Amino acid sequence: MLEAYLNIFLRAVFVENMALAFFLGMCTFLAVSRRVQTAIGLGIAVVVVQTITVPVNNVVYQHLLRADALAWAGLGGLDLTFVGLISYIGVIAAMVQILEMFLDRYVPALYNALGIFLPLITVNCAILGGSLFMVERDYNFGESVVFGFGSGLGWALALVALAGIREKMKYSNVPAGLRGLGITFITVGLMALAFMSFSGIQL
Amino acid sequence: MKLLRDLLDRTGGFFAAGKPLAKLHPVYEALDTFLYSPDTVTSGSTHVRDQIDLKRIMGLVVVALIPCIYMAMWNTGYQANLALAQAGAGGAAAGSATGWRYAVVAFLGVGHDPASILANLVLGALYFLPVYVVCMAAGGLWEVLFAVVRKHEINEGFLVTGMLFPLTLPPLIPLWQVALGISFGVVIGKEVFGGTGRNFLNPALTARAFLYFAYPAEITGDAVWVAVDGYTFATPLAAGALEGLQGVTGQIGWMEAFMGTMPGSMGETSALACLLGAAVLVLTGVGSWRIMAAMSLGAVALAQLLFFVGSGTNPMFELDATWHLVLGGFAFGAVFMATDPVSASITHTGQWIYGILIGVMTVLIRVVNPAFPEGVMLAILFGNVFAPVIDHFVIQANIKRRLARTAA
Repeated sequence: MLEAYLNIFLRAVFVENMALAFFLGMCTFLAVSRRVQTAIGLGIAVVVVQTITVPVNNVVYQHLLRADALAWAGLGGLDLTFVGLISYIGVIAAMVQILEMFLDRYVPALYNALGIFLPLITVNCAILGGSLFMVERDYNFGESVVFGFGSGLGWALALVALAGIREKMKYSNVPAGLRGLGITFITVGLMALAFMSFSGIQL
Repeated sequence: MKLLRDLLDRTGGFFAAGKPLAKLHPVYEALDTFLYSPDTVTSGSTHVRDQIDLKRIMGLVVVALIPCIYMAMWNTGYQANLALAQAGAGGAAAGSATGWRYAVVAFLGVGHDPASILANLVLGALYFLPVYVVCMAAGGLWEVLFAVVRKHEINEGFLVTGMLFPLTLPPLIPLWQVALGISFGVVIGKEVFGGTGRNFLNPALTARAFLYFAYPAEITGDAVWVAVDGYTFATPLAAGALEGLQGVTGQIGWMEAFMGTMPGSMGETSALACLLGAAVLVLTGVGSWRIMAAMSLGAVALAQLLFFVGSGTNPMFELDATWHLVLGGFAFGAVFMATDPVSASITHTGQWIYGILIGVMTVLIRVVNPAFPEGVMLAILFGNVFAPVIDHFVIQANIKRRLARTAA
């Protein structure tokens, strides 16, 4: 039981890292990785959103959408998975909205630092990807909590590492044509190379 | 000596600005400052009074590598001659002794006696030197090209990268792959970031990892480690992954693994040679002893823990820490790769964390990842990725502590 949870967690953080193995959530990943401090903030936000949305979507999927899920309401035989995508996005948007209001009220410094990127988490592919992976792998509620936390943490870890490297790269002398996003793409590619050490791990 | 100086001074004129060879000035400058300490001084406010500059440091690393280079040539030849001797005695795995290398050996008349140091060195050199020459030529070309176009100096960092990379390759690696690998390492791993000192991954390891994932057939498996065509021999680590401790001891004893008389990547097999190199690096202050110590500590701790825990299904659990230290490229990676001052952590506390992270990762990849019996390379790249963040947090903690002290 515990071993299965640990397995899912480690896979989500390292082996199937959202950013460096699936390259999900690239827009925010590249845009908010200039400073370690901001990256940590966004990383925490993603972990929180991911840990909330994946289990909530799990409940939505298990008890409303999947085939025969509505049998408790006397609607057996109904399969609503075709509205899955839009439901998950709706849940994510609502969660992000609540988180935004919370940060605005209680942690204004972080709220200001994240700026436009917090609302953008709504359309972050890593977040939606997390929910879709959860559906595809048919996790139960406990597993989806662990998976949500793990995949968010893996993404945040990669983001902070990239921010550290980019802070160090202030001293680099990148060819003019590659400055900015170009060199960042190359950096992310090289980081993915290092993360390939986990590919093939069987836990 | 004076003659050389005069020659350099006289030819120097051709490379000055506005002269016909001005574009190639970085090449001249590299040679000049490599042979003689430059007399230029810094004009800014930071001024270091020291005869040891980057070139001298890189030169020292190459000196520290000499035992490994010697072992690379001797062991490559030794393993090949041993395989041939077995084949001659009617062994099953008969390898063919054809190709230009064997023609050269026959021409020189040194023979194929595995007990003869000369015979081993000659045959090994015939495998190692072509790889080295191709690596230096291909990598050097990129280096000069970037220096000329971007008008920066040629850095001796490449001397080290160009030496480390061939040492991590198996003897039967195709030469075009050597050229391709070092090109990737130098251009993508280093030059696009602005050259030596500005990259974040170790260029030699980037090159090795690139080849590893792009052409696994030529750099992994059982057929590439002994320099005789058609002769297969699993590296002790690969054997350990399949059959545990028995698989390893069936091939070699611990002392042999320590000395390095086993098949493997050319320069990585001998822990003893790496220790000699480590002594040079630590005594001259070029390599960080903290990283070497921390990496060994991390590896020993986890390997010993896994050894005591044990596993019914994973045979790698049977290898205790003493084996992990001498097998594969652990020693080589700890001494020469992880200590790369550019891609490692800079702060002292950070170096401990960085080293332990790499050591733990090495054992972890070796033991739990069946896809990669050799984990050092990827573990160090992983450490490189996190080195800047580790430094960041160490520095922030330090700032916080000092603020608290002054506030009190």
